[in-house]
Amino acid sequence: KTTELPEHLKAYKNVWVFVELEHGRVHPVSWELLTEGRKLADALGVDLCGVVLGPKAEGTDQAIAEAFHYSANRVYAVEDPLLAEYRNEPYTKAMTDLVNKHKPEILMLGATTLGRDLAGAVATTLQTGLTADCTELAIDADKSLAATRPTFGGSLLCTIMTRAARPQMSTVRPRVMAMGDPDRSRSGEVVRESLGMVEDEIVTKVLDFIPDSDTNQAQLAYADIVVAGGMGLQRPENIQLVIDLAQVLGAEYGCSRPLVQKGWMTADRQIGQTGKTIRPRLYIAAGISGAIQHRVGSEGADQILAINSDPNAPIFDFAHHGIIGDALEILPALTEAFRKRLSVDRLAG
Amino acid sequence: MSQGPNMVVCIKQVPDSAQISVHPVTNTIMRQGVPTIINPYDLFALEAALRLRDQLGGKVTVLTMGPPMAVSALRKALGHGADEAILLSDRFFAGADTLATSYALTSAIQKLDSQHPVDLVFTGKQTIDGDTAQVGPGIARRMGLNQLTYVSAIPSIDLEAREICVHRRAEGGVQVLKTKLPCLITMLEASNEMRRGSLPDVLRSERAEIITWNAEAAGVEDLGKCGMKGSPTKVSKVFAPQPRAEKAKMIKADDGSPASLATAAIETMLAEDAGLLKVMAPQSTSA
Ligand SMILES: Cc1cc2nc3c(=O)[nH]c(=O)nc-3n(C[C@H](O)[C@H](O)[C@H](O)COP(=O)(O)OP(=O)(O)OC[C@H]3O[C@@H](n4cnc5c(N)ncnc54)[C@H](O)[C@@H]3O)c2cc1C
Ligand SMILES: Cc1cc2nc3c(=O)[nH]c(=O)nc-3n(C[C@H](O)[C@H](O)[C@H](O)COP(=O)(O)OP(=O)(O)OC[C@H]3O[C@@H](n4cnc5c(N)ncnc54)[C@H](O)[C@@H]3O)c2cc1C
Repeated sequence: KTTELPEHLKAYKNVWVFVELEHGRVHPVSWELLTEGRKLADALGVDLCGVVLGPKAEGTDQAIAEAFHYSANRVYAVEDPLLAEYRNEPYTKAMTDLVNKHKPEILMLGATTLGRDLAGAVATTLQTGLTADCTELAIDADKSLAATRPTFGGSLLCTIMTRAARPQMSTVRPRVMAMGDPDRSRSGEVVRESLGMVEDEIVTKVLDFIPDSDTNQAQLAYADIVVAGGMGLQRPENIQLVIDLAQVLGAEYGCSRPLVQKGWMTADRQIGQTGKTIRPRLYIAAGISGAIQHRVGSEGADQILAINSDPNAPIFDFAHHGIIGDALEILPALTEAFRKRLSVDRLAG
Repeated sequence: MSQGPNMVVCIKQVPDSAQISVHPVTNTIMRQGVPTIINPYDLFALEAALRLRDQLGGKVTVLTMGPPMAVSALRKALGHGADEAILLSDRFFAGADTLATSYALTSAIQKLDSQHPVDLVFTGKQTIDGDTAQVGPGIARRMGLNQLTYVSAIPSIDLEAREICVHRRAEGGVQVLKTKLPCLITMLEASNEMRRGSLPDVLRSERAEIITWNAEAAGVEDLGKCGMKGSPTKVSKVFAPQPRAEKAKMIKADDGSPASLATAAIETMLAEDAGLLKVMAPQSTSA
């Protein structure tokens, strides 16, 4: 009974992506999802649509225009001052109203704190299936969404289907999917709906927002180059070797989980399943064994250089290049060699 | 004497994943002999509730849905100082996804609420096995509770005015939110440190009565919304990740010195992606 799509749900059509707009800025995971959504929409032969929620003045126009550049055919927009700061109540209402009215078959959201908060509430309200943190999305033979996600820390993958409910919902973590190139000439149709809520109906109030720039939060997920250290660094003061190299490269720096647990680095710098997923052009991992939980957060890097004293370390199974050696010697040597290489390059260019 | 908050903390028993391995041939999880623990994220929720009780009085009930062996998680929670424990267990609950899990848990919390109004429901941020972070929002939605996820601190609570103020981890910053009780809080990791149970609590936990409810006792109205039957998501296959075809190419240098290895590594990396030089933007130091 739970594997057949009931008749009244057969009208659900099109692939939707939630465009996460906050404080005038779109979270790039939205463009990653539109890129992925394009493939799903093409496989189904349906439209790709973006959903933009926010106050009119603060960037909704720009977000709508950009959704078209990232290949949306249509954008559903609810523009209301009550959507200025993220709050669950008005966002859940806006999204569930849109879904009930326009009936998408697939709805994707970024697995950010905002996206997960919203997705869980929306899926429960709509009584539909929600697959968390997908790493692969595909359309199967009966046109259902096959959503694949890691289980048990990535040692296995499982494919989850929502055959008898609509929309089929999924979240995807930032940087798990690749972002396509925008086509600035593209445009499309905008469908505007109203929120139908007044401030008095919303119980939760935002008293303040303390931005991270004030507290030096790391921006690992979107860094071009990341340098990270693991337990092979041996002592907390050796973290400086990682920071030195990162500084010469203008890179972000991060670590494996035990360093966070020991208090050597802050949690926002942890790379892996329970930390950040990174997708840099270059990832340098020093003294990191390459446990599965670390691997799932870092193997999307274009190029990985691993430094490890153990030639059998699992990290060499997924790194592109390896140096077998002592990270405490190799890191300062790399810093020095890069410094020289870069100054030569700057003199030349 | 004013009455303290009535709190429910949802905890899940999970396999200690640090000790789990995958059978190399059959691709199944080898659970035999793997110890079970309270989902580590739930300890932050339990501690947050215990701190409010220290401060204001009231009651902390721990609730889990799971097989009969999940009582050991409840006993551990009692050992940490929870007042009462409820095990929600029935074969109808088996195979639940997050939608069906939040349905069953909500039935039990609503039953508690009918006996004595519940002010706060706590869950962990997520579990280490299912790892979806969806059950908290599911319960909040079903019960119509104000939903506060990723909470790192609870600076104030006013039981008279029925108001609570929390810090919530958001994208790019921290939101300071004020809302009304009752509400559901999912607690962020590292937001506190679980206390050691006192000796009397630990002793009590070994003998304490664990209230056990099946679907009927919990007041579940629609068995069709429970377990496998009530779960819109279905696992269609489980498989091992594709290993990368090639292993890392090892960097070699004639003298094997760190300096030559470093130089060789840089040339190798730039040969693969010459554009890297452009994104290398050293923090301006006088060089
Ligand atoms: C639920 C769960 C979630 C987890 N989430 C994460 C996560 O998000 N991110 C994460 O990273 N981990 C995570 N882990 C932990 C993970 O399983 C590993 O324990 C962890 O990644 C190991 O860190 P490490 O490689 O730094 O340390 P180790 O495993 O101790 O490895 C140290 C490495 O350094 C090498 N080494 C030693 N000395 C030197 C030297 N002088 N020079 C060079 N190399 C040297 C050793 O050969 C070894 O390979 C998680 C675990 C669990 C159970
Ligand atoms: C590998 C794997 C993948 C899965 N993927 C999905 C999926 O994508 N979508 C889906 O809907 N279901 C999924 N499930 C099913 C899901 O794990 C179960 O529904 C589970 O009962 C609760 O979800 P969770 O473990 O993700 O909890 P989370 O939502 O991560 O848990 C949040 C909090 O809710 C509370 N909580 C959760 N479960 C219980 C419980 N049984 N008793 C008391 N409190 C609890 C805890 O406080 C916990 O910290 C998956 C299960 C597995 C094993």
